[in-house]
Amino acid sequence: MDQIIASRRSMLGTVGGTMLSAAAIGVLGGVSTSAFAQGKKKSASKGDVDILNVALGLEHEAIAAYSIGAGSGLLAKPVLDAAVLFQGHHKGHRDALIKAITDMGGKPVMAKTDAEYAKELNVAATVKTQTDVLKLAQRLEKGAANAYIGVIPSFSNNDLRQISARLAADEATHWATLSFVLGESPPAAPLIFG
Amino acid sequence: MMRSRNAWLTTAFVLVAIIALGTSAIVMTAARATEVKMPSGDATRGAAIYESNCIGCHSLDSNRVGPAHRGVFGRKAGSAPGFAYSTGLKKAKFAWDAARLDAWLTNPQAYVKGAKMGFRLSDAQRRADVIAYLKRESGK
Repeated sequence: MDQIIASRRSMLGTVGGTMLSAAAIGVLGGVSTSAFAQGKKKSASKGDVDILNVALGLEHEAIAAYSIGAGSGLLAKPVLDAAVLFQGHHKGHRDALIKAITDMGGKPVMAKTDAEYAKELNVAATVKTQTDVLKLAQRLEKGAANAYIGVIPSFSNNDLRQISARLAADEATHWATLSFVLGESPPAAPLIFG
Repeated sequence: MMRSRNAWLTTAFVLVAIIALGTSAIVMTAARATEVKMPSGDATRGAAIYESNCIGCHSLDSNRVGPAHRGVFGRKAGSAPGFAYSTGLKKAKFAWDAARLDAWLTNPQAYVKGAKMGFRLSDAQRRADVIAYLKRESGK
């Protein structure tokens, strides 16, 4: 058990170290934006813009959730570093989505305040410990991964479908890491998402 | 002159045959559509599917990216208090029942023009389970 905990700490330490590479997040944003722009050229529709705006709302909420978690004082150092790293990924997604929506002629939805998100997520009543923070993040990440998978058939072109799959993979990576830190075994059945 | 008349009659016959066959196919397709029945849903399974697939945007009791779901079964579409709906759903004139929720979850943007939601639940049994869960949580 000690070995497992040490291994988790080691993994989070590695994740935290990666966090220092802000350039990596910048590259992620750049790649996503470029890919979105490609998608636009292939007959993106108003329906596509609407879906991307829903995704943007989801990313705004994820960023806020990690801010609330990081600011709660409940997270130990390695876990806090991971939360900040994952929040950075969501910020990369947000920036790419805002650019794509704007380029497609849409109006990006605005973020609400952290207090509004905290109320909607019922944080005051349900988040008292580090484990509560991790479980909330885990739930939201799985929901986000499945949301990106579920919209794939609705996009009008393959570039946007592929980008949605890439975003889903990011969220799935977050979910898997959080599940590991929580000490949960991987699900026995295949097709974990969708 | 006679050859031209025969050609005209042949063309007319072929056209009538095509129209008759097409009409028959449409009638048969419509009949099949009305015969399609939803599977029986299980609310307990639906709760797990909801937790995995819907929780990214929805909660039962809070408007988030999407509207609060408690009470959605039987509620007029586009009427959850305090939620900013798409124009399409604001204009909708129906209340959500099992068949309408099934059509919505199959392809929301095809079912309500101008809907923002693009998420599809492609498996009929899973849709039925989620609908059973939403019905139960709506007290219906």
